[in-house]
Parts: sequence; C-alpha cells; structure tokens
Amino acid sequence: MHRFANPARFMRIATLIQPWAVGVTILTTAAGLWFSLIASPADYQQGETVRIMYIHVPAAWMGLFCYTAMAVFSAMALVWKHPLADLLARATAPVGAAFTFVCLVTGALWGKPMWGTWWVWDARLTSMLILLFLYLGYMALVNAFDDPERGQKAAAVLALVGVVNVPIIKFSVDWWNTLHQPASVVKMGGPAIDSTMMVPLILMAVAFKAYYVVVLILRTRAEIAGQKLRVIRMAQVHAAGRAEIQA
Amino acid sequence: MSMLESFLAMGGYAGFIWPTYILTAVVLVALLVASLKAARGAEKDLDAIQQTRRARRRNQPES
Repeated sequence: MHRFANPARFMRIATLIQPWAVGVTILTTAAGLWFSLIASPADYQQGETVRIMYIHVPAAWMGLFCYTAMAVFSAMALVWKHPLADLLARATAPVGAAFTFVCLVTGALWGKPMWGTWWVWDARLTSMLILLFLYLGYMALVNAFDDPERGQKAAAVLALVGVVNVPIIKFSVDWWNTLHQPASVVKMGGPAIDSTMMVPLILMAVAFKAYYVVVLILRTRAEIAGQKLRVIRMAQVHAAGRAEIQA
Repeated sequence: MSMLESFLAMGGYAGFIWPTYILTAVVLVALLVASLKAARGAEKDLDAIQQTRRARRRNQPES
C-alpha cells in the first residue's frame, strides 16, 4: 500500500486509469438508462415507479460505500500519515454527500406515490439523513482550521467515529420496525428480484462506481496541486521575510 | 396515445419518475464540472508559479 502513497506515482496511475473510468461511466450510464427507462418491465405492485429504484438503490449503495472509503482513508491518514490518504478522503466526501442527497430525494419521490408520504422518521430514513449530516460535518470541519493539517486530523476522527452509522443503516430494516422494505439484492439465498430488474440496477451501480473514480481522480489532482501551491507560497513568504531582515 | 406520449406519461407517475432522473443528472453533472474546474484551475496556477520561479532562477544563477 505504501507504494501508492506517493503523489507522483498516484498521478501516473491516475493518468492511466482516467480514460478507462470515463469510458466505463459513459457506456454503463447509457446502457443503464436504456434498461431502466425503456427495456425493463413495470413492477406488478409498484408499477412504473420501480424505475426510481434504479437510481435510488445504487445511490444508497454509493452513499455507504463512499463513507466507508472515507473512513478507511482517514484511518490510513491517522495511523500511517500517508501523504495521499487525507487527500483521497477529502476528495471522496462531496461524492458521497451527493449520492446520499440523491438517495434521500429520490426515496421521497418514490415514497409519495407508494407509501403516501414524502418522509417518515423511521430508522432507515433517519439514519440515512444522519449520514448526509456526517458528510456535511466532515466537509465543514476539514476546512475549519487555518492549519489544514489540524482540520484534516479533526475531520478524520469524525469520519472514524461516524462509521458506526454504516452498519446501523444497513441493518436498520432488520433491527427496527420500519416502513422501508428489507434488503432484496444482497441477502442470504440470492437476490429476490427478477433479472430484468437486476440488469438496470447493476448497470447503474457500475456507472455510479466509475463516476466516483472519475471525480475522485479529478478532485485528488486538484488537492495535490493545491498542496504544492501552498508549500511554494509559504516558502516565498519565508524568503521574503528573510530578505527583509537582511536589508 | 402515441408511443412517445405513453412513455413520457410513465403510467401516471411522470411527476415522480422524471424529477428523479433529472435531479440525479443535475447533481452528478454539477459535481463533475466543479471537480474538473478545480483540477484545471489548481494545476494552471501551479504551472504558472513554477514557471516564474524557474525564470527567476535562470536570471540570477548565484543566490
């Protein structure tokens, strides 16, 4: 793992991966939209609203996946002081927040016609809302200090403490009575949905993952360049200070 | 009803299904564009500052 902690090596690998990630994103998004909107049947209970699920469910998976990734990067940053881990965690946060937001809004758009309500304060929905607040708290904290290193450390601790929410979200539908239906894809005995609905779901999930890779690389590049800029400017300020003392 | 009309009507749920897809597209594209701009902006600034530093070093070889 330590071999990948070098920013220069990251840039080389990123340049190799980026075009592939862009290609996979475009292809799976196109195929996913085709299958989720046109080439899949309406559900016998949900009718056409099942098409909202092809966005809602993969977005929820991404919300959890990005948070877990952020917590792992944060742990690596705290324990081994990887120069890249902090940057990767920072770059992941807005992507996870975006997907969690999409998951909550699309859930409401599905809940209104199917449950008769936009929102209920039950375990699954509330824990997902807390996930969004954890993302927002992380992003606020990471930029809240004049010294970026202190902000990163505080935000990394928040990310690690908040990771307890991830299994709570996953198992909330089993632990508490909730309006939200239990898992139907990742469960014992295989998925409980038909392959005609599995195809758009998986395609969208892959599209969102590839999109995450694309944005992660872009944001990490911005972070690396930003860090170098800070170092150079700091050195310039110090040099100017020394010149003034000598003069 | 034509094929296109019935497709757009989404079995009466058009008001819930289309906002789902449009909102998702808007959020994801906005984040992508912002990230692209951040990467290009930061790398351009870095290039500029490194070039002026290189130029300054060439002008005064002993420091």
